[in-house]
Formats: sequence, structure tokens, C-alpha cells
Amino acid sequence: MARKVLVLGEVRDGSLRNVSFEAVAAAKTVAEGGEVVGVLLGQSVSGLGVELIQYGADRVVVVEDEKLARYTSDGYAQGLLAVIESEQPEGLVFGHTSLGKDLSPKIAAKLESGLISDATGVEEAGGNIVFTRPIYSGKAFEKKVITDGLVFATVRPNNIAPLEKDESRSGDVSSLSVEIKDLRSIIKEVVRKASEGVDLSEAKIIVSGGRGVKSADGFEPLKELANVLGAAVGASRGACDADYCDYSLQIGQTGKVVTPDLYIACGISGAIQHLAGMSNSKVIVAINKDPEANIFKVADYGIVGDLFEVVPMLTEEFKKLKVNA
Amino acid sequence: MNIYVLMKRTFDTEEKIAISGGQIKEDGAEFIINPYDEYAIEEAIQVRDAQGGEVTVISVGNEEAEKQLRTALAMGADKAVLINTEDDIENGDQFTTAKIIAEYLKDKEADLIIGGNVAIDGGSGQVGPRVAELIGIPYITTITNLEINGSTATVVRDVEGDSEVIETSLPLLVTAQQGLNEPRYPSLPGIMKAKKKPLEELELDDLDLEEDDVEAKTKTIEIFLPAQKEAGRVLEGELADQVKELVQLLHSEAKVV
Repeated sequence: MARKVLVLGEVRDGSLRNVSFEAVAAAKTVAEGGEVVGVLLGQSVSGLGVELIQYGADRVVVVEDEKLARYTSDGYAQGLLAVIESEQPEGLVFGHTSLGKDLSPKIAAKLESGLISDATGVEEAGGNIVFTRPIYSGKAFEKKVITDGLVFATVRPNNIAPLEKDESRSGDVSSLSVEIKDLRSIIKEVVRKASEGVDLSEAKIIVSGGRGVKSADGFEPLKELANVLGAAVGASRGACDADYCDYSLQIGQTGKVVTPDLYIACGISGAIQHLAGMSNSKVIVAINKDPEANIFKVADYGIVGDLFEVVPMLTEEFKKLKVNA
Repeated sequence: MNIYVLMKRTFDTEEKIAISGGQIKEDGAEFIINPYDEYAIEEAIQVRDAQGGEVTVISVGNEEAEKQLRTALAMGADKAVLINTEDDIENGDQFTTAKIIAEYLKDKEADLIIGGNVAIDGGSGQVGPRVAELIGIPYITTITNLEINGSTATVVRDVEGDSEVIETSLPLLVTAQQGLNEPRYPSLPGIMKAKKKPLEELELDDLDLEEDDVEAKTKTIEIFLPAQKEAGRVLEGELADQVKELVQLLHSEAKVV
């Protein structure tokens, strides 16, 4: 059954996030040959429309307003609901990001629709669009379908492959005029803590430290390795609880769930709490002094040794690789 | 201040997960208050202690959730409400739960509603914002700080590691992120007092809801465990050689660098 599917493109620091291209790919599956329409909300964002089309959207609808310069659930819901009203889609896909998590339930409640959050896979099977999503902190998975109404899902970053960018693709980028009424919440200030590094949820490579880093300074060699690899830095609960780093870096059952291509765990014992946040990473490397540490049970490659010796050597070795590449 | 907490009884996901008959095996498993909801309970108690008022903890589930509701009362909540759906609903989803809670809350004149930002079992994080939308109040998710001054609230929201300082007004629904506070353990006198605190039990009938009104919009068709990983390789030899080998393996074999 061909469906018209809307995809919300998410803009950060003036560019579209990768997860938006992944969402377009998911929307293509949901559409089953129907039209995929990108939606951009914000202030002067229409120039980004063409990139959504190059990644597979058929056309793009833009709502621009100064009240949409920053995300608020009230502002974005007004813009998006106006587009939904005019387009009458049968499907809706967002990224499962901070924004997507916050906005999607409001839209679903407004439309009295179902919503499948945090999908890591989507396929057409037996006449249904079937989503796969992790449950029980990633220790199990469920396959889920929408039984009534709009096919609405959010997709977890880094799991659904985007389509190849095709710069020859073109399509219509149109604008819809919407009057954004009063917002009930006002953002007074944004404190950027995560800006210095790569965002954890979308990072392809993560270098993560545990109690074994021993101090805030102990994260320095990890940061150097991350720099060479273009990686994000993460941490276990142990390291956060001990005040070696900010809680915003925490990966685990409480904290962030990540699925990078490569996860390098340094001085992390591998408590269940931590494994819940990273065990679905594609390749896991463990560096730990204790050969009995639990982390080696989930690691693809392990080095038994002191991270303060091993990590700087790794950094040097990766530098050589980059030079030769 | 009229404060409500949305609480879920969850499977402790630190337990081993097994599947039998297509369902997660629950026999003998430990059940807990969803950890993010503990932050919500703690915050509600702190706001009440500072501003006066009453904390009511609500849970949708079966009678076994009484245990977790009593724990919330022992922490210091004043009243508990169990909306028992066991006889009426076989397969609910977030649409179902939000509609039931909103129906209960619609005439309660809540000033503040607090929930966890996500439950660690289902992991969808939908119910809080859905409830706020259904009863027509603003919401802020994943908060790490809350200050209330009269009818305005200043909230710090965690946005993928960054913090937004947001000004909004009551009535308000917020969902708790880790770092909001340090939930207390119930004290012994607290546990004794909790036994005498009111715990009301309601069913769909009491809310004038029919099963059809809350019928799920989604359906789980299969539950499965992730493929078991094969044991990895712990490298051997001189440390410097191990490091070289690792880089080569990541480059040539795993092809991730």
C-alpha cells in the first residue's frame, strides 16, 4: 500500500543531522512506493531542503518563523500540525533524538495515533510495516506494528542506513505560511556542555572511560585518542559518580544508549548497568588491567593492560594509520 | 500545591532476561519502581516540603503495583492511586496508558505533574508528554533542575548533554532526567506510616472509560533476544605489538577505522 510519508528534518548548528537522512531512508520503506515529503521547521532553513531531496525525499515543505528559531514543543507542534493538515500523510518519521523524543508523543496525542519510538529497524513483511526496537534496556528486542491509523515512528540514530546521496536528484521546496501563536515555554539560555566534542548519540566511534581513569585528568589521553579518531568521549556511571566527568557523558541503563561502529572501553569493568547502554555497538574494544573484567565477555578485541600505557600507544598507532591512508 | 507523580512498576533490567512462550519471563524476577520515576517521587516530595500541599502517586497496572506504591508512600508521598486494568485490558500501549491517566487527572486541578522521562522496560518515553497534551498543559522533558516561584517555573532541561534554561508556567508536567536529585531510601518510620496512608484502587468503569476508548494503536508481534556474541579475542604478546595488531584488526578485519 503506497503511503505519503512526512519526515521531519532536524537542523543543528545550521546543518541537517545525519539521523534525518536515516529517517528519510526509513520513510522510503514505510512509503512503499508513495511520496516522501521532508519537513523543515525553523528560521531560514529552506536552503537545506535540497539536501533532504538528495538523500531520497521527493519534495520538501518548509515552515519559517522567528519563533521556530529554537525548538519548543509548542512552536514545532503548531508548524508540523499545519503541514500535516495540508498534506494529509499516512506516515510520519522523526529521528529519536532529544527533539524527536520530546515532540513525537505530543503529535501522536493530538492526532490520537499510535507511535513506535526508538526503532532500530524497519521492513515490509506480510503486508505490514514492521518496526524493530530495543526493550529492557537493549537486552531484548520487539517487533511492532501500527494497528490503527497513521504509521508513526521515531528512528534511533546510527541504525538505519541512509540512502546514498544523489546530487542529481531534484524536487520542489515549497514554503507553507503558518502563524505561530504564543509559546507557553520560553528558552532563556542554552548552556553548551557537549559542544566541544562529537555528539554521543550519533558518533560512529566512542572512546569511553570508567573508574580506571582515576581522575578528571585521567580522561586526557582518552580525549587525545578521540581527537585522532574523530570520536566522541563517553563514560561509565562509575566515572560520573566519582566526579571524573559530567553526567552528560554517561552511557548505560541510566544515561545514554549508544550504538556506534566502534566502542573503545578504557578502564571499564563492564557492569550490567553499563553494558545496557553500549552492548549493541558493532565492534567493541576493551582495555582493562583486570583479565577477569566482565567487559572482555562482550568485547570483540581485548587488551589486558594499563590504559595509561595502552591508550597513548593506540593514539600514536592510529596517527600513523591516518598518515598512511 | 497539588502534585501528582506518574509511576511505573518495572522489571529490574539488571536481571537476566529470558523468553518463554514469546514473552519475557517474569517468574521470580525482581520488580522495582522505574528508576527515573524515583527521581520524580523525590522531586515531588521536595517541592511539597518547600511549598506545602500534597503528593499523590498514580500507577496504571495490576494489583502487584501496590508494593511499589507503598514504597513511594514510605518515601514520603501522601496518597496513592492504583488504576487497575488487569481485568479490562490485555494489550495496552502508550496511547492506552496516557488516555487512562489523562481521564483520571482531567478534573483534579493538578498544579504540577512529574514522571520519569522514560521507563527502562518499554523505553518509549511517550506517556508524560501525551498526558500533558491530552489535559492541555505545557510540559518539559528530561529535566535536571526545577524551581517554582508562585505560578512560574524555571526548569533546566538536558538536551543531549547541553542544558536549556526554560521559563514556563504552572500547571505543568515535567519528566525527570538523572541528576535531578538523589532519591531517598524509605525510613523505618516512613515504612510504618505508609501502611496507614490512603491507597485508592480504581478500574476503567470508575473513570467512565470503555475498553474500546483505550484500545491500543500498536501491537507487538514478536519478542526476541539479541544474537549471542561470540567470545572476543584477547590479544597476546608484547604490549606494543598488541596495540599494532589491534589497529590492524580494526582497520582490515573489522573495517571500522
